[in-house]
Amino acid sequence: MRISCPCCGLRDRREFTYLGHETFLYRPAADAGPEAWDDYLHNRDNPAGETRDLWYHDPCGTWVLVTRDTVTHAVTASRAVAEGQRA
Amino acid sequence: MAESGTTNPADGLGLPLDHGACRLSALSCGPAWLVAPFPGQEGACGAALAPLGLDFPAPGQVLAEKGARIVWAGRAQALLFDADPPGALTRHAAVTDQADGWARLMLQGADAQTVLARLVPLDLHAGAFPPGRAARTLLGHHPLLLIRDTENAFEIMTYRSMAGSAVHELQEAMRSVAARAALS
Repeated sequence: MRISCPCCGLRDRREFTYLGHETFLYRPAADAGPEAWDDYLHNRDNPAGETRDLWYHDPCGTWVLVTRDTVTHAVTASRAVAEGQRA
Repeated sequence: MAESGTTNPADGLGLPLDHGACRLSALSCGPAWLVAPFPGQEGACGAALAPLGLDFPAPGQVLAEKGARIVWAGRAQALLFDADPPGALTRHAAVTDQADGWARLMLQGADAQTVLARLVPLDLHAGAFPPGRAARTLLGHHPLLLIRDTENAFEIMTYRSMAGSAVHELQEAMRSVAARAALS
């Protein structure tokens, strides 16, 4: 499996560390109810098909939002998380 | 003024090492400054580096001018070698002296690319990784900044604390490649 790093281009999977679903980008407000925090911390889908998750490219220090397919293992898109925040 | 580290992290590791058509040697830790631009300040950093004849490097880029050199070293990071950073740079970037934080090795010879291919998960063919390019990647399990100086000469930079095991990994790969060549 290879993942495209927005800085470095296509790199081997062993250069990356997996965090989890992109849910981690959408932290609830501090006063949000317990249901919102439960969803944020614990509740995840387990899709057969397209999913978007967060990977860290260890060598260059980029957080990457990767769109991939859990059935075919195809990686269809990736972008730097920091770019999304700046836009 | 830059105060370089007083001892080389490769001291006592038995370098230089020769196996087959390959030599591993230690490079001195000259002045090395990490330049980490504040968000969106890469362009301003480039302008501040202009008096040295340099710019802020794009990913994988190595820029050299009159002995000074700046090498891309990660997302929004570059290492400035053998020059003092211009004062204006500190307004646009965090600048830290890292001369004593890195181990610098040189692997050269006809088999250098073959040896590295055993440890580095990159396409090292000159067409994909030509002389004058840099990459952040892995040497076995070590973080690595790899710079290709010429077709057969690679500068290997890893963190100072990992110099011993990096030399060990490279020595094993050099011996394996040399042994394989001796069989044929």
